[in-house]
Amino acid sequence: MATTRIQLNVNGTEHAVEVEPRHSLVDTLREACGLTGSHIGCEHGVCGACTILVDDEPVRGCLMFSVQADGKQIRTVEGLANNGAFNALQQAFHEQHALQCGFCTPGMLMLATWIVERDTPVSDDQLRDLIASNLCRCTGYRNIIRAIRAVLDQSGNAEAGP
Amino acid sequence: MKPASFEYVIAESWDAAAALLAEHGDDAVVLAGGQSLVPVMNFRLAQPAVLVDLNHIPDSAYLRIEGDCLRIGALTRHARFEAPGIDGPLGRLLPRIARNIAHLPIRMRGTFGGSLAHADPASEWCNLARAFDAVMIAQSASGERRIPAADYFQSALTTDLADGEVLHEIKIPTLGPDWRCGFVEFNRRAGDFAIVQSVAAIELREGQITAARIGIGGATEIPQRSDAAEAVLVGGPPTPERFAEAAAAAAGSVEDLLTDHQADADMRRDLVRVMVQRALEDAVASGEGQA
Repeated sequence: MATTRIQLNVNGTEHAVEVEPRHSLVDTLREACGLTGSHIGCEHGVCGACTILVDDEPVRGCLMFSVQADGKQIRTVEGLANNGAFNALQQAFHEQHALQCGFCTPGMLMLATWIVERDTPVSDDQLRDLIASNLCRCTGYRNIIRAIRAVLDQSGNAEAGP
Repeated sequence: MKPASFEYVIAESWDAAAALLAEHGDDAVVLAGGQSLVPVMNFRLAQPAVLVDLNHIPDSAYLRIEGDCLRIGALTRHARFEAPGIDGPLGRLLPRIARNIAHLPIRMRGTFGGSLAHADPASEWCNLARAFDAVMIAQSASGERRIPAADYFQSALTTDLADGEVLHEIKIPTLGPDWRCGFVEFNRRAGDFAIVQSVAAIELREGQITAARIGIGGATEIPQRSDAAEAVLVGGPPTPERFAEAAAAAAGSVEDLLTDHQADADMRRDLVRVMVQRALEDAVASGEGQA
């Protein structure tokens, strides 16, 4: 099958990879770039486990073909830690017990990364609404909300929105 | 759950997209936001030989008021409607509808035109387009075609768009200052497809309803505009009793209700009644403090 060469910048590292057009971005990250942190759940955009940031926007990695991401900046869960040390969000997930089996965690962390990095205050209701985008079958979400809230409070984005 | 092989082509303009569709016929499918098409491809329910990516077409995402119409570029993402910056009753209605569509990451990718072209029975934008008599503008190698909403929706996931045509703009008539608009939908979890939804618009002059548009989505294969409900509404005051009578008329007159694992036809019929009534109440509430 015909392949195309594309260039992805993943967590600051350039990857030139051969892909078929039908390969999803999350498959390419896992199979061609060797970054298996992003998980594949439902493969039809429902569960959010494959959430990654493409040019700093949250994207279902199963609903974007990797040819569409040619030349774009990708961020995955592997890019969060600093020299092996948890960043603030990972530390908060750890402290608040925001995961049990951990399958949804890479997607949750990347969605949460976008939530805490955007310059928009988030109320508790809005946070619940945003996180409803991703499925977690273990935690009941309370601890995930608590962890993200802790980071938002640190960064000053805690004020209730409209 | 991997899609079948296809050839990927980037269209740099609407003319190029139309030319590619003319060349490949029904072997080609256009890709906009991909939030509905790609799941369908992953399930292999769609196996296009050629995928024409529209995302590189310049100036394809916009909201522009022109005369008494809102022109919407087909590639405008749903999230763009959450703060449209458009005055008037239609401008105020758009964010209220947009927030009901899936989840924010999906809304940041999915497009208005894609939603209209996919024509899911539960699509919020399709309901709006039908109720407000939008006009769909399709481009093909032989030129442009304007398709009124009343002719556009054919059946579930099927529109009047022909092979070789690509939807590139949607025009929605704006509403005068006397209109009040409401929108509600029912689903079991936030972000799910609506089981039934309703958009309601009423024109109020000197305490009387002088015109009405009642749209119902999710209940049937294609969105419906309820003549029966509108006939009850027009000519009287916006009272709870009149709204209840209009909602009952809407529920009583809708035919061929869908049945699926979430709701049977009887439940949908009752939901039509409840959604129309609540959308009307929402319309009145939305006007408070605006007039």
